[in-house]
Parts: sequence; structure tokens; C-alpha cells
Amino acid sequence: MLENFSFRTIVEYLPLFAQGLVTTVWLSAISFVGALVVGIVLCAMNLQRGWLFRAPAKAYIDAVRATPLLAQLYFLYFGLPRLGFVLPELVVGILALSLNSGAYIAEIIRAGILSIPRGQVEASVASGMTYTQRMRLVVLPQAFKVTIPPLLGQAIVLVKDSALLSLISVAELTRAGQLLASDRFMPAEGFLTIAAFYLLLYYGLKALAVLSGRWLGTAGARA
Amino acid sequence: MIWQQFLSLAGSYPLALRGLGMTIVLSLISLALGTLLGFGLGILRTGGNRLLSGVIGAWVDLIRGTPFLVQIFLIFFILPEFGIELDAFTAGIIALTNLAACFICEIVAAGIRSVPIGQVEAALASGLSRWQRMHQVVLPQAMRIVLPPLVGQYVLLIKDSSVVSAIGLTDLTRVGWLVVQRVPNGLLVFFLVGVGYFIVCYPLIMLARRLERRMGAAHGEVQL
Repeated sequence: MLENFSFRTIVEYLPLFAQGLVTTVWLSAISFVGALVVGIVLCAMNLQRGWLFRAPAKAYIDAVRATPLLAQLYFLYFGLPRLGFVLPELVVGILALSLNSGAYIAEIIRAGILSIPRGQVEASVASGMTYTQRMRLVVLPQAFKVTIPPLLGQAIVLVKDSALLSLISVAELTRAGQLLASDRFMPAEGFLTIAAFYLLLYYGLKALAVLSGRWLGTAGARA
Repeated sequence: MIWQQFLSLAGSYPLALRGLGMTIVLSLISLALGTLLGFGLGILRTGGNRLLSGVIGAWVDLIRGTPFLVQIFLIFFILPEFGIELDAFTAGIIALTNLAACFICEIVAAGIRSVPIGQVEAALASGLSRWQRMHQVVLPQAMRIVLPPLVGQYVLLIKDSSVVSAIGLTDLTRVGWLVVQRVPNGLLVFFLVGVGYFIVCYPLIMLARRLERRMGAAHGEVQL
């Protein structure tokens, strides 16, 4: 049983956990922004008529979705030096998370744009709008509303996925737990504490998703 | 140099096959157990008992809110403190089954909730028992909603199985990690690992897409 559970050790290691938590938060934030950029570019390519841009975007999205993040992470971690890019683990991790989540975000944005009824597009064409006006004034503002909740869902996934970076020894939250587990042979203290921190982030983002749904009026929009 | 690496890689194909086998066996067992458990939990979650439903909901939230890697570490390193000694394989099965059950529970619950209440009332009025109601009226209709995301979830779980390599199970990802220590060509080695997963996952992704389209078409008919 856990009768030796040592809260004192947890308190002692609290600065390490705090540091890990902060690292997890900002590296997830950067990766999410990176993933948004990747996602928007992929989605724009995927919505083109010609196959020249569409085919590579589709192939990329399928390849990412059909392989595990951990294998992608190792691919970059062991592969980039081979191409002459010797990057810090942290940068490799952020790159892997951005490239991975980007593929999912591309599909989220595409679903959002395709969810706009065709009548809207036809109406704006009839009003003599150019393609850019149509996108900027009619389609994207509506698509934006639909995509916010699933984007927050992807943010939750990304934060949890960032735990895998501990396996290439990035000093984030999970790594802090591993250190306590291996330094003091206290796996219970280490892993239960980081689980609590992850739950904190999870419930925070989940609350944000619910709130955003309420603000945007998309909560329970199931007709 | 490249040629030598190819030869060396070709030499490790028995290891690669074993890794792929491990990934498939692990996924199959956990998905089968997780589906059974997930359906059970999903039915209980939507059943009348609010306490039970709340407890299941809270557990699902705990599992959805923590990284799978942390769950594996918890099971592998902490259960022994309660006197339950586990080998890596059993720990992997437990962790993956639990994860599968939690996600599938929510999918099944959503499917059951989508069945109009009138159907249940009609079944009640026809004098069907609880089991008959679930088995003959609610579940067959819920399955149409459940099936596409269920297959999609299978893909996610097969990919999540790669995380068990962290506790030393020799699955496909771990094999890549072992081979790359000898053959220092990470691009080639993990490209091949990726191909292995792609072969398993891509057909399922295609299946999920087809189910979704068929579902969407069926839905359209009803709405029109």
C-alpha cells in the first residue's frame, strides 16, 4: 500500500514540478500556434481545385494520421541530424507536435469551411463579391465559430501529447515526475503529482471550450 | 555505406516482424476487451442510476485528462506497491484496455442518447424487458451513430499502443528505437516503422471515412 506516501518529498520537489508545468504550458502554446500555421497552409492547399497542391496535402495528412506521434518524434529526433540539422531536443519536440497537430487542425478547419451552406456562397457570388471578399466576409467568420470548440479539443490533445517529449529528455512536466521517480524511487509521488497537474490543465481547457461554445452560441447546436 | 545500412536493416527483419506482431497482438486484445467494457460502461452511463453514471463520468474524465504515458507509468510502477506484480505486457494491456473502454464508453453513450425517447417508450409499451429494449431497439439504432467514431477511435488506440514501448515492451516503435542504435539512419528506420503502422491503420481510416459518408447520406434522406 501507499503508507509511505511522502507529501514532504512532493513539496520539496515542487519547484521542479512548477518548472516542468511552465515548460509544458509554453511549449504546448508555441506548438499550437505552429500547428495552426501548418493546419491553415495544409487546408488552403487541400481546398484547391487542381491536384498539384491537393495531392501532397492529402498525402501528408493521411501519413500523419496513420502513424503514431512517438514514431514521428523519433523520426525527427534520429533523422534530422542525418540531414545536417542538429537541433536541441526541445526544438525537435515543438516541431514534431506542430507538424502532427497541424494535420488534424487542417481537417478541423476544412470541416468548418465545408459546413457553411452552399446557399451562402451562392448568395455572395450573386452579390458580386470577389473570392477574397466571399472568404473574408461570409465564409470564414461563420467557419471560425464552428471550429473554435474542436480546436480547443485539439489543444487538449496537444498538451497531453507533449508528455511524449519526456522520452527525448525534454525537461517538461512528465520528465519532472520521472526524475522524482528515479532519484528517490518514489514513482507514486512523482506520477500522481504530475497527473494532478495535467488534470488542472485539462479541466481549464475544457472549461474554456464550454465557455467558448456558450459565447459563440455553438453549444448544443445539434439541430 | 547506404547499401551496408540496407543489408543491416534487412538482417533485422525478424525483429521488425516480432515488433509488428507485438503491436498487433497488443492492439487486438486491448481493443476487444476495451470494446466489451466500453459498451458495458456506456450502457450503465446512460442507465437510470445517477450515482453510477456520475462515477463512470468522473473516471472517464480522469483518463481523458491525463497523458497515456503517465497512465502507463502509474500502472506499471504503482500497482506493485499494492502487491500486484505486473510484467510490461500485462501492464500495457491493462492501460490500453482502460483507455479504450473510457473513450468507447463516451461514444456508445452519445449513440444511445441519440435514439429518440419515443422509441424507448414504444418498447416499454410493447412490454419488452430492459434487456430486450436495449438489445433489440436502442442498440441497433445507436450503432449507426456509434460505428464511424468507433473505427476512428480504433486507429487512435493502435497508435497509442506505441507508447507502451516506454516501459520496454518490444513493439514496432521500440524495434525502431533498438535498430537505430545499430544502424544510424533515423530517417530510413523510422520511415519503415511508419510504413508498418500505415499498413495497419490506413485501411481502418478509409473504413471510418466510408462509414461516415454512408451515415451522412442516410441522415440526409431522413432530414429531407
